[in-house]
Amino acid sequence: MSRIGSPAELEEFRKGIAATRDPAKVGVTLCCGSACLASGSAEVAVSVEAELKERGLDAHVQLRKTGCRGFCERGPVLVTHPDEVCYLQVEPGDASEIVTQSANGQAVIDRLLYAEPGTGARIPKESDIPFYKHQVRRVFGSNGSIDPKSIEDYLAVGGYSALEKVLFRMTSDEVVEEVKRSKLRGRGGGGFPTGRKWEESRKAPGDAKYVIVNADEGDPGAYMDRSLLEGNPHLVLEGLTIGAYAVGAHEGFIYVRQEYPLAVENVMLAIKTAKECGLLGKDILGSGFDFTVTVHQGAGAFVCGESSALMTALEGRVGEPRPKYIHTAVKGVWDQPSVLNNVETWANVPLIVNQGADWFGEFGTEGSKGTKIFSLVGKITNTGLVEVPMGMTLQDIIFKIGGGIPGGRKFKAVQTGGPSGGCIPEALLGLEVGFDELTEAGSMMGSGGMIVMDEDTCMVDVARYFLDFLADESCGKCAPCREGTGQMLRILTDITEGRGTEGDLELLEELSEVAKEASLCALGKSAPNPFLSTLRYFRDEYETHIAEKRCPARSCKELIAFHIDPAACRACMTCLKNCPADAIDGGKNRIHVIDQDACTKCGTCFEVCPPRYGAVRKTSGEPVPAPILEDERIIVRKSKES
Amino acid sequence: MSATLLQIDGKQVEAQEGMTLLEAAQTAGIRIPTLCHHEKLEPYGGCRVCMVEIEKRGWSKLVAACVYPAESDLVVRTRSEKIDRIRKTIVELLLAHAPDSPELLALAREYGANKDRFEAQASFCVQCGLCVRYCAEIKKADAVGFLDRGTRREISFIPELAATVCWDCKECFSLCPTSALQAAYVLTTALVPHPPQVEAGSER
Repeated sequence: MSRIGSPAELEEFRKGIAATRDPAKVGVTLCCGSACLASGSAEVAVSVEAELKERGLDAHVQLRKTGCRGFCERGPVLVTHPDEVCYLQVEPGDASEIVTQSANGQAVIDRLLYAEPGTGARIPKESDIPFYKHQVRRVFGSNGSIDPKSIEDYLAVGGYSALEKVLFRMTSDEVVEEVKRSKLRGRGGGGFPTGRKWEESRKAPGDAKYVIVNADEGDPGAYMDRSLLEGNPHLVLEGLTIGAYAVGAHEGFIYVRQEYPLAVENVMLAIKTAKECGLLGKDILGSGFDFTVTVHQGAGAFVCGESSALMTALEGRVGEPRPKYIHTAVKGVWDQPSVLNNVETWANVPLIVNQGADWFGEFGTEGSKGTKIFSLVGKITNTGLVEVPMGMTLQDIIFKIGGGIPGGRKFKAVQTGGPSGGCIPEALLGLEVGFDELTEAGSMMGSGGMIVMDEDTCMVDVARYFLDFLADESCGKCAPCREGTGQMLRILTDITEGRGTEGDLELLEELSEVAKEASLCALGKSAPNPFLSTLRYFRDEYETHIAEKRCPARSCKELIAFHIDPAACRACMTCLKNCPADAIDGGKNRIHVIDQDACTKCGTCFEVCPPRYGAVRKTSGEPVPAPILEDERIIVRKSKES
Repeated sequence: MSATLLQIDGKQVEAQEGMTLLEAAQTAGIRIPTLCHHEKLEPYGGCRVCMVEIEKRGWSKLVAACVYPAESDLVVRTRSEKIDRIRKTIVELLLAHAPDSPELLALAREYGANKDRFEAQASFCVQCGLCVRYCAEIKKADAVGFLDRGTRREISFIPELAATVCWDCKECFSLCPTSALQAAYVLTTALVPHPPQVEAGSER
């Protein structure tokens, strides 16, 4: 590809791309983000390509492999153009029909369309599906329409026009001012005002300045940044380059975990092609501005998402936080001013530059502007990535977009903000999402993880789970975090296993204070949150575990038991055959009995017992009834004739 | 060098530029307890028993005195109910590892810490890092380092290095507030069949 040496050449180049693209032309886009790839979209791509080739349509109908579209629950997701028909859970065998339909304009394939729950009515258009209808996809907007490996695709949707604008028509002060005016806040966890951070760095003295992308996303179940970097790497690069221009940096880093191979691959390719095009490197677009980017692959330590730990790791040392009473924006990598923002924050920058701060602020609450991508996972019907305006209620995100709780279960809580966040109960479902709103509720925005929990979830066990994660991911440098999380985990484990004692909650509160007040970095300071927020809203569950040795959600294995109600059991042998521990005794016409000593409490029997019998009982805090006498176990069935 | 004026425990203190709160307090004869601090080593901020309360522009928060820079007009309190409570709990957490450490027992007496509050832990090490940092910063040998992370973190000598440089040094021994370092060293030497002779010029 030839180097683009001026804004005029960029426009020329863009026009050249547009001339080859007819929006009315028939085409197919297939999601090839990590989630859809895991559901088999690579195989679907192969068969669609083969089908097109076989029919000699490969020159006429283009298959575009895009980044994540968000509806991961129903992947692989395929959309035909220009009619925008959305096919879900597509399999390689569907390729022939899809090609016939899209190329020949025949009737849509009903069985692959979204079916409305309840009515079963089919919805062909992607934008009409409730999951998408209530979203505002700005940052994610292009993800589903461009091939992340193609810089032409990015340029075709207006890519790098924001960079051109700042380099030739804005001073660096104006860029900082615009970002400040937009009130963009860091999407990585801290929520620090991005413009202020840039300004601080811009004003700070230093021989060199650096801009860094934090792509060390490590919250369990969260993958917003992964999908952005995989699906639209040039957007992040463009934002980063604008930031570099604004603060006066000529070197940038992308700190990405190596567990994200596709993100690493796509961003490396993006850097290479951007360089070839003159959009990175020396004298960008002939402006005289130089900027190079290096990808640094992290080895997957959660704590390396913390700014000072990340910078220490960038320097080639063990990724441990260091005291930062001076902001890293002033004294960061190699003690030089360093602006660190996460992937989503950088991705917002080109949009703000192009559309302006007012456009950005159209949505949002007082303290939180723009849109936010959330990773909606857990006990939710539509698992996936959703981008919503700040200020949307949790209720709308979980029920309108997420489709509510599957299996007719009842909503109990939503955990936001990753392991250091907190659980928000049903009573607060009307809460508008925003940095300050979530913090006030005892949780946090974090990077946008949202784990939905139903009535079968034990909140004490949830706290134990996250403390386990944090104790494991603590770097171990400072005592309050290392020793504190370790002890908190031990006490919480005791409570969930029936060894809780009076005074445990007070001790946990004391350890929480020490970790919160005295830890070195944010990991330790926020480590007690999973405990504190569940205690705040679900104190009775803790007390029941400790005082009655009972788990109200019937989830903690050490506190529950399964038995079969002899009056309901029809000796169908389903549970008996499925029990992985061979703990069920019974036979044809012989009522089944669970051997309590052999039972591993996996719950398989409870799940497989046919609902019409519903004979398996799960109990907590009450004695298991004595097994039925041997001679009462035989079921005498009436003969079919009578 | 310009002087910085601040207030520590109600006393006006003049600190030199670049001083930490701990150093400023020491010049005024105010004692702040420490475990991981050593004047020859870079400030570390690991044990957190030196937490003090600072007040700055109406905000107050807890900071580690060994790493926080002395700033003008800062109001510092080295003792309060909250500070004492936090120090006590930290000492108790560390005593679970090293119940016989004289330094910890002295702090336990001062802050009323109960050495049996938490279940005894298998490792004696309190992770102050004095040995690791002394070896790296002063001796430039890096013969002892940290392994693993979080609750599993421990110190360990690198056998190949220890075999050549530790035999004649052992300067870290006297720094250790517990007996963990010696135990680790003994374990390492046990793994090396014979103490190898250090040949002239073989050191790095």
